Amino acid sequence: MSDILSTVFLASLLSGGVITAVPLVFAGLGEAISERAGVLNVGLEGMMLSGAYVAFVVSLNFDSVWLGFFAGGLMGMIVSLLMVVFCVRLNTNQIVIGIAITLGAEGVTALLHNARYSDTYPRLPNAEVFDVPLVSKIPVFGDGLFSHHPSAYLAVGLVIGATWLMRSTGIGLSIKAAGDQPHALEAAGGDPRATRTLAVLIAGFLAGVGGAHIALVGAGLFVPAVTHGAGFIAIVLAMLARGHFSWIVAGAVLIGMSLSLTTALQLVGVDIPIDAVQMLPFLLILAVLFVFGRDSYLPAALALPYERDAH
Amino acid sequence: MTMLPSSSGVEADLEAIVPATESRLRKRVNTVLMAVLPVIAASVVGAVLLGALGRDPISFYANVIDHGLIGSLGRQESLIRMAPLLLIAAGLMIAFPAGIWNLGTDGQFVMAGVVVAAVGPELAPRTSGWVLFPILFAIGFAVGAAWSIVPAVMKAWFGMNEIITTLMTTFLGLSFSALLVKEYFDDPSTTVPQTKVLAVSDRLPKLFDTRVHVGLVVGLVAVLGVHYMMTRTAFGLRLRIVGMNPAAAQHAGMNMKALTLSIFLLSSGFAGLAAAVDIAGVQGVVRAEWNPSFGFTVIPLVFLARFHGPSVIAFIGAFAVLSIGGESASRKADLPNFFVLVLVALMLLFLAVSEYLQAKSAKAHMT
Amino acid sequence: MTDTEQEPSVELVQITKAFPGVVANDRIDLSIYAGEVQILLGENGAGKSTLIGILSGMVTPDSGEIIVGGETVSIRSPRDALNLGIGTVYQHSLLVPTLTIVDNMLLGTAKWFSIDRAAAVRRLDELSELLDVEIDPGAIVGQLSLGERQQVEIIRALWRGQRALILDEPTSMLTPQGVQALGAVLRRLAGQGIAIVFITHKLDEALDFGDRVTVLRRGRNVGELSPTAMTDGNISDLKGHIIELIFGSSESQHGDSTTERDHVPDEQEVCLRVEDVGLAGDGPRPLLEAISFEIRRGEIFGIAGIDGNGQKELAEVIAGQRRLDHGQIRLDDKPVHSLSVAARQDLGIRYVTDDRHGEGTVGPLSVALNTVLKRIGQRPFWRRGNIRHALIREFADSLISEHDVRTPHEQVPISTLSGGNMQKVVVGRELAMGPRVVVFNKPTYGLDVKTIKAVLARIVAQSRQGTAAILISTELNELISTCDRIAVMHRGRITGIIESKPGIETRLGELMTGAAVT
Repeated sequence: MSDILSTVFLASLLSGGVITAVPLVFAGLGEAISERAGVLNVGLEGMMLSGAYVAFVVSLNFDSVWLGFFAGGLMGMIVSLLMVVFCVRLNTNQIVIGIAITLGAEGVTALLHNARYSDTYPRLPNAEVFDVPLVSKIPVFGDGLFSHHPSAYLAVGLVIGATWLMRSTGIGLSIKAAGDQPHALEAAGGDPRATRTLAVLIAGFLAGVGGAHIALVGAGLFVPAVTHGAGFIAIVLAMLARGHFSWIVAGAVLIGMSLSLTTALQLVGVDIPIDAVQMLPFLLILAVLFVFGRDSYLPAALALPYERDAH
Repeated sequence: MTMLPSSSGVEADLEAIVPATESRLRKRVNTVLMAVLPVIAASVVGAVLLGALGRDPISFYANVIDHGLIGSLGRQESLIRMAPLLLIAAGLMIAFPAGIWNLGTDGQFVMAGVVVAAVGPELAPRTSGWVLFPILFAIGFAVGAAWSIVPAVMKAWFGMNEIITTLMTTFLGLSFSALLVKEYFDDPSTTVPQTKVLAVSDRLPKLFDTRVHVGLVVGLVAVLGVHYMMTRTAFGLRLRIVGMNPAAAQHAGMNMKALTLSIFLLSSGFAGLAAAVDIAGVQGVVRAEWNPSFGFTVIPLVFLARFHGPSVIAFIGAFAVLSIGGESASRKADLPNFFVLVLVALMLLFLAVSEYLQAKSAKAHMT
Repeated sequence: MTDTEQEPSVELVQITKAFPGVVANDRIDLSIYAGEVQILLGENGAGKSTLIGILSGMVTPDSGEIIVGGETVSIRSPRDALNLGIGTVYQHSLLVPTLTIVDNMLLGTAKWFSIDRAAAVRRLDELSELLDVEIDPGAIVGQLSLGERQQVEIIRALWRGQRALILDEPTSMLTPQGVQALGAVLRRLAGQGIAIVFITHKLDEALDFGDRVTVLRRGRNVGELSPTAMTDGNISDLKGHIIELIFGSSESQHGDSTTERDHVPDEQEVCLRVEDVGLAGDGPRPLLEAISFEIRRGEIFGIAGIDGNGQKELAEVIAGQRRLDHGQIRLDDKPVHSLSVAARQDLGIRYVTDDRHGEGTVGPLSVALNTVLKRIGQRPFWRRGNIRHALIREFADSLISEHDVRTPHEQVPISTLSGGNMQKVVVGRELAMGPRVVVFNKPTYGLDVKTIKAVLARIVAQSRQGTAAILISTELNELISTCDRIAVMHRGRITGIIESKPGIETRLGELMTGAAVT
């Protein structure tokens, strides 16, 4: 059992954890911004999935990972338009629309994938890894944390950027106002609906990028439902973070590590059934919710008051 | 819309309400229209999508109807498919009007199914049908209910949002049930990880001469029973008030904790019962990773039917025809079966639009 | 006081605005002068809120002109109004509680990316000096007191320009002393040349603060008292004149009610005893502490105090929505504090909530079902769990006719009723079937005069039949004219219980702020 602490295991754990965490950070950040503005985005999973599929197709055909990322983000944003139209503009039930988006995305992407690739099941070449100079040489941590596709560092950068956005820009103030007191924003001359639209579109874009990462870096291919609940996990991360974006990163890495535990364990010859390991992140989340979620900041009716709002 | 006072002291708008008889007919026509339009609209968009994929929409839909409804074999399959869907829907008819978003039905379904599939073959040789089936049903209901206890307690005591907690239990349920089948309930005589098979002779009796099992009756009774409960009993009214205005429910002295718990347990119990019926009636066995996703697909149907019992039956019937017919039509058109999902998603979107239009026209009629 | 010959700073000409079913503003002309405090007076529903909605950019008029500084302008959004220097302080706070004061000021003016906090702090200092108040820019709005919040609201209203300041019912949450303080601020601002419009439905305030009074009734400007008239006339003449304008007759408004009160004789038996009741809160301060009083049969016991000092919690502890942590409540010497809401209902303890929309009624449900909202499952309306519509309908119909509820049908959703009629339903249902002690929490809030009189008359009538009432209210006039005794609550405690007699207003004001404790 001392193998558990071996460098191989730890490095694999960290590395796998980060790879799994990156899409969660992208999507979670987007969702956190959206929730801060007052919109609960249950369709996140659908947006990630759409982003994943488009990213896969684009990257395959144009042989460019970055183009794939961009296309994925764009697709996620387009799907989030549905959320904008139905929930922000028309005030229809956010949960029903969210489920519709997720189901629809699942169906459409599976359909399209089958139509085109069911015979070939193409894979993408391994995404290029960028070793951060100096730091990536550190044993274990260097390999685990600093030897990744640049999108990982981009994710962290975005978190920092978003934090700055919320604290020191007019957009940040408007988002906070739109989420806490939309009437105040309107009376001050702002536009809660426009602000929420922006927030949802950002969330869609980031979700799409997150999905793109899964297809391009994480799995290297696309299969139906390749996101396997990442969107829902991202929603939980966003809710727990309560506006502290950096907590999303921490949570994502933790979840990522628990998900990558199987591969790491197999590397050191420990044989725990996959299913048991796959339960870990969800158990972890439930436990965290139980311990920390009790704080009344997480309202029981998160989606509803926002939609009953006249805006 | 924003800051203005409600027109207090103004009685004029009340006089604009149309007299009773005329509006009732109008309302009925309206409701039917609003329910059917999303289906039609979705079918149209679906047809366009089919065309884009190079398939002939007319023949596709014709195949759907032909196999799902007209052909006697297919029709029976549709009826069989309805059974578990109806039971899950019955549970959701309790939860959703009460404002409880039980999105964990798939996890509850699969967990209950696995346990029933494991227990069934062991009990069957020892007991008669009259004893076996109630036991299996009870087990299914209990396992389903148990699988939502954690979200129930978290909601009732801590106000924890159940969307997230029930979704988590779904994923947990899917993984855990796979684990159970592979490690503990595995049938050693087969290579594929699955439970022991419940012999065909031990399964639910069929109706008349058909292949349709009595589970369908259970489902119909459940939906109609829940409909009655929600519309005519005190308990049902309490649940609906909790959904419409939880503050008022509290003010009226309702025991929120007890009500919340009951809602969760009942609705997930029905999901478990659905699995028991499906196993005992049709499947007889559970393979690892089995997940027909009935729960997720029933959710939009229950919404489309606006939680109204007879409408739920109608929508589920239509969906069953679409599923069974769609399976065959898809095979003939060389498409994967996900197309049905797309149609349902489209129906939901159009439903949202029709609700919005309805609300707008209602406001116009008010004043 | 200013010379009425000067040009108006802001002028509304023939403003008309109609909503479905009602003409809120009907060809209104209004002139607002710099350096003057003009009162916009009128009953609830007279059109005041719509008019200032138009001035503040929240509502666009159907027709008419707005002239600012001699030029015709169009105000199509709050931003337009603010840019013209017209600021509005609304009844309900429009500050974001989670942001700091500075950030609240920056809302709406901030550019997309860069915000200049330093400049905002400078402006904040400027304006706080103008008002002569102390403001900490970094304070979080949610943690300010109500009075401080109102000052911040005024500053926010004046942020982009100091032409005109409109205040909508600013005194509803203030103590008598607080009202005086606000008056001083407004005087100071008027002295700086700002045009001030102050909306109220209270006559005394109008005469206290106004240089000029304009009266609105049913959407029309029905008359004005010019500054000269205000200074020259004597108080009672002015009052009479204004009342005539408001009502079109010499009916008095709810404060000077003509409901005769028979004083409750001391020999009447005690029916409700509240003994040393305490209720813990989430923080260090308890919600209720050491509450003790007794009520006799037929007594109307008032509870005065600024909103949020424990009144609602006390009502809920008595009626059963909350469990007390300490003490006892006895009805006819039987302890009731452990009983459920339904059980207490049965014994005759009833509660008319202040929140008829939020918790008193269920909007989508019919009027009929709302009348039995607290009796679900009980006989005779339910038999073995099953509903009996006919009996409910009968009950509702009799309630509707007895309380003069205006509704076409008892099956319509109760949300279609006006506020006043909704309140009648709520009051009616609580008073039905043998009430013994009824707690009324702000029962006349937001209602028109007729309904207010009806509700108060109903309370008095019930008391004559031996029902005891606890009347929680922020309207001192109402309490003084209807109650036998008035208790004052401050920070969860009762600071004093006084009998109704002259000089009571000052005494009440002191007790409300905790300045004096008996």
